[in-house]
Amino acid sequence: MDRVRDKIIPVLTILAALVAVWYVAAVFMNAPFQRDLDRRAGETPGTIEFIGKTLSQPKPTMPAPHQVAQNFFENTFLRKVTSNRSLVYHSWVTLSSTLLGFAFGTALGILIAVGIVHVTALDRSLMPWIIASQTIPILAVAPMIIVVLAAIGVTGLIPKALISTYLSFFPVAVGMVKGLRSPEVMHLDLMHTYNASASQTFWKLRVPASVPFLFASMKVAVAASLVGAIVGELPTGAVAGIGAKLLAGAYYSQTIDIWAALVAGSVVAAMLVVLVGLVGKLVERSMGGRPA
Amino acid sequence: MMNSKPSWQVGLALLLCAIAMTTMPLLAAEAPAPMSSGTTSLIIGLIALSGVASFAMFSGVASAAVLFIGAHGAAWLLLSGIAGNEGMARMPYFLLLAAAWLLAWRCVAILSGLKPTSPQIRTFLRLLIPAIFGAWILIIWEAVTRGAGIPFILLPPPSAVAARIANSLPILAADVRQTIFKAVLFGYVVGCGAGFVVAILADRVGFLRRGLLPIGNMVSALPIIGVAPIMVMWFGFDWQSKAAVVIIMTFFPMLVNTVAGLAASGHMERDLMRTYASSYWQTLFKLRLPAAAPFIFNALKINSTLALIGAIVAEFFGTPVVGMGFRISTEIGRMNVDMVWAEIAVAALAGSVFYGVVALVERATTFWHPSVRGGRA
Repeated sequence: MDRVRDKIIPVLTILAALVAVWYVAAVFMNAPFQRDLDRRAGETPGTIEFIGKTLSQPKPTMPAPHQVAQNFFENTFLRKVTSNRSLVYHSWVTLSSTLLGFAFGTALGILIAVGIVHVTALDRSLMPWIIASQTIPILAVAPMIIVVLAAIGVTGLIPKALISTYLSFFPVAVGMVKGLRSPEVMHLDLMHTYNASASQTFWKLRVPASVPFLFASMKVAVAASLVGAIVGELPTGAVAGIGAKLLAGAYYSQTIDIWAALVAGSVVAAMLVVLVGLVGKLVERSMGGRPA
Repeated sequence: MMNSKPSWQVGLALLLCAIAMTTMPLLAAEAPAPMSSGTTSLIIGLIALSGVASFAMFSGVASAAVLFIGAHGAAWLLLSGIAGNEGMARMPYFLLLAAAWLLAWRCVAILSGLKPTSPQIRTFLRLLIPAIFGAWILIIWEAVTRGAGIPFILLPPPSAVAARIANSLPILAADVRQTIFKAVLFGYVVGCGAGFVVAILADRVGFLRRGLLPIGNMVSALPIIGVAPIMVMWFGFDWQSKAAVVIIMTFFPMLVNTVAGLAASGHMERDLMRTYASSYWQTLFKLRLPAAAPFIFNALKINSTLALIGAIVAEFFGTPVVGMGFRISTEIGRMNVDMVWAEIAVAALAGSVFYGVVALVERATTFWHPSVRGGRA
């Protein structure tokens, strides 16, 4: 009951307010064009009729929520998933390169973290660069990776996945280094008194201690990975994927399509983050962790 | 002294030198400007001598210095030897390069093992070690792209990128002005400011906080960058649409972090303020905002990168004929890869400077915080 009062009601209220603002904004932003249309047609509609018209333009400046919802619903559930217009199809194209890149990125991030924790020279020389690289707008290299790889004949999934890898390995590496270093001196000393070897300490103490950190950074990484995949679809005029859908919408002023693609991207992102969170919870529970 | 014991890196480097000597010459026979045998033996001599000498030194500093000179001297000779012979390098060339790199690795390993007492030397080492690492990335990049003759379109050597930067400073400056000084700065200030104000509002009204916070957390995972085409449609091709994307991207991190920061001050301190009969605003300005400063600066740092990304990617959707994102997307279409790399180098530099400025301001304003003071919380 507390949960309903403290969380759900405020969130729903704010969301409802946002939708209301959205409708008002849609009316005002579409009004000039509609007035123009009516003047040319020589019509003088009443206020209610006029508002109704602003909310049902085929290419509105600001599509109304129900138009976006309708477009999203039609293109998600009513079309065959193999159809070029199906959002499920485009989402799947983006999702597959996201997942591939995310898997590469996580593996690479963990590998680098293990190296950094165990080799002092790597820690001192590589870690500053990893942190510095966080300050760089890495996404700017996305078009180059795509075009350059296309020039040597690598197209399709791999270049996009590479961008996702690039974006997702930083959070994982940084989080994993923190996690592998999280055991306290007491615990490390305890392992020492057991005469544990370095690999035993690693597998029995450091790895279990790093799991919560790993999943926290994987949540960030999977979101970054999706952004990488979407941006990776922009520069080459890719034919499929959420990014391609956004670009096509921008070219042909199909505003409703853009918004629906945005919604699809958000749904995919939310699903991915929730999924990683769930897996994290399951893993922690199976390792005997208790909810904090 | 443990540091000057024989190490596997130096051993392997010597072995690579020996293999390289049996498979001479360094460059293909038809190379137009072949390396003289004097240069070749100088390179091998430098590597072998400095490797062996590093064993004989009695102090870690001395053997690191010898290795540093040997590795970088050899690398410099190797790089200057490739001039005019692009794509002609043979296997021994790369073996010697690898040997020099191993010496540098050994040098870094010794340096990271040092535990100097003076803080100046410690700072120097903290800068020198990553600098050597970065330099070797550039050396290997340069040597491999030019030595193996990798097509220019695939990966231009760093020297070509540097030359391109030097030759097109006016264009780069115009792009920076358009993207960073117009779109990024305006969007960053407005976005962060709006996030901050809404966070204060949310702090005052509990209902708003409980509703906004879960939404804000959710939004941070969404690909907000996708609003770029919509903003370009609404606000036109010029910098205003990019600033709008930046505003949207920076708003939520600021909101979430500030709200978290405002909750960071302890009950004890708040109770103390109550016993002083201080008003809400007094408590806010004298206790809670200073306590929230580390969180706010964290958001400012995250946003400095996000703002650049937002502005550059938004330019992929249409701009006037100037701007960093515009330059990247058009020059790549014309296969001027060196210009793209130049633009990326400038973007990286701008991102680091932006971040550095925020970090400096943080140091100056939160000087009392344990993480800045170097003490313990």
